Amino acid sequence: MRGFLREFGLLISFGLMCTVLALMSDRFLSIENVTNVLRISAINAIISVGMTFVILTAGIDLSVGAVAALSAVIAAQVVQSSGMTLASIAIALLIGTLLGVANGAFTIALRIPPFITTLGMMTIARGLALTFTQGRPITGFPQGFRYLGTASIGPIPVPIIVAASVFAVGYLLLKRTVLGEQIRALGNNPLAARLAGINTNAVTVRVYTIQGLLAALAGLLLIGRLDSAAPTIGVGYEFDAIAAVVVGGTSFAGGEGGLGGTLLGVLIIGVINNGLNLLNVNALWEQVVKGVVIALALLIYKSVSERR
Amino acid sequence: MKRTFLMLNLILVAAMVLSACASPAAAPTSAPEISATATSPAPTGEAPTTAPSGEITLGLALSTLNNPFFVTLRDGAQKEADAEGVTLIVADGQNDPAKQASQIEDFISKNVSAILLNPTDANAVVPAVEKANAANIPVLTIDRSAAGGQIVSHIASDNVAGGKMAADFLCEAIGGKGNVVELQGIAGTSAARDRGQGFDDEMAAKCPDAPIVVQRPADFDRAKGNSVFTDILTAQPEIAGVFAQNDEMVLGAIQAAEAANRTGIVFVGFDAIDDAIQAIKDGKLAATIAQQPSEMGVLGVQTATRSLNGEQVESFIPVPLSLVTKDTVP
Repeated sequence: MRGFLREFGLLISFGLMCTVLALMSDRFLSIENVTNVLRISAINAIISVGMTFVILTAGIDLSVGAVAALSAVIAAQVVQSSGMTLASIAIALLIGTLLGVANGAFTIALRIPPFITTLGMMTIARGLALTFTQGRPITGFPQGFRYLGTASIGPIPVPIIVAASVFAVGYLLLKRTVLGEQIRALGNNPLAARLAGINTNAVTVRVYTIQGLLAALAGLLLIGRLDSAAPTIGVGYEFDAIAAVVVGGTSFAGGEGGLGGTLLGVLIIGVINNGLNLLNVNALWEQVVKGVVIALALLIYKSVSERR
Repeated sequence: MKRTFLMLNLILVAAMVLSACASPAAAPTSAPEISATATSPAPTGEAPTTAPSGEITLGLALSTLNNPFFVTLRDGAQKEADAEGVTLIVADGQNDPAKQASQIEDFISKNVSAILLNPTDANAVVPAVEKANAANIPVLTIDRSAAGGQIVSHIASDNVAGGKMAADFLCEAIGGKGNVVELQGIAGTSAARDRGQGFDDEMAAKCPDAPIVVQRPADFDRAKGNSVFTDILTAQPEIAGVFAQNDEMVLGAIQAAEAANRTGIVFVGFDAIDDAIQAIKDGKLAATIAQQPSEMGVLGVQTATRSLNGEQVESFIPVPLSLVTKDTVP
């Protein structure tokens, strides 16, 4: 019930925001614009699903942007030199997965907070991406490689379909599987979880592995859209994802929250960015406006969800 | 609740750590002490080891020669030095602040007439600049500035003029009328400010029928240029021309226009990176603005000799930029 109220409050905030924007710009609710918002939010949405799992275990992953960049530039290099689209995509996903495993393994083996492990991974992966590309973007991919980022099935762009599928699978995983229960249990009380016979180490590794895989997937979507893989892509994506998850009501302390809220968080951030562009807000004011809108949205939803 | 606060604190710490990593201040700030009599690391120049007295000898300390930009800069400087009959000693800092510091100290011990400096790191180079100041050797900076010490003159690209150049080209290309969109760099950076100022002023003065209807920051980033321009395309049904303050953003914007099937927009970028040159060849990008490293080297040598001959030189010497279009593409 609490979860429902929380998401209900957020829904009201989101609805208010959309109403205001629709009144200020007649193009906001056009099919074209709504599709664009969803298409561009798809990348943050995919990363945010993994981030929700991570934060539910009271962890954090700062390496997602760098992992996306490293997997993407390697895939770009492979597809350019060999022309093998599917193999290069598989390699990117494999690299993301392995980096995720490393994040989880170091966190539990060395008993360092994930904050430190993933901060280290962020620097290392970014550095490797820069070294691998010698700082230059890799540009020009075959059409098949760009399918994930640019194609449409009927009127719906593929990135939206991918993001929706990731959300659906993530939702089922969290609600219907043992792993989902274990993630919440670990976040609620790691000691109790361990005493209840949960292999908390295995859960931790799995969570960071999923996050690594999803970061690589997001990277592939991004470079497909841009037709270019620069070692600098994805800088700051960790903060977009963390913001979406936390705005969506998942607690940093772990255990509480879920993907419904995260979806709203992603949409709120996507709509704010879209609104700033549609309304041509002054560059120097942009960050102030963004901060105020997020604060207002949270204020409204807090007042709604506490008035039970 | 306590843990929430703890995490928030950690986030703050992270933000600080990250910003520290990103700033040059995190680079080594102490140059190794090498006495003036030390014979170790000699500059990798081909010039004589001691300066002939009475003649002008310039020491050119470059951040790296592993980048075509600086090789061209050196060639321009060498050409001008030959023309003026001054001796030029070139040192390649290999992007290593410690190496560059010892190279500058080497210049000091050789008693060069002036030092032309292209710092590897604006902060790390300061102690070496101060040593040159103490030895009464004038220091001029090229392309990148130093964060301290006495600098006679700074020679770098004229971003304001580049913005003007972009405005003149765009105005003509769209026939003097139509809606113009400007994609801005990171708010607060000098490149964004200067390029924007040059473009905005020139458009207002020379192209009154082509209003800049949208100015949005896309942080010099291709992905942001893509998403921001996607939204602008939605908001503006009629766009005649786009000026982006760097090529990365304009390339992202071109992808956005292609995805939205919008044609007939004139795109102008800035920097002349390889991808942009290719886009000009492909007919997707109309023009970009290129820096002229060779001219930078020439002006560096000229300014140094003028200053040594007792002339008063300006503290900033703007290096002109050049317009690259399909007619002038290399």
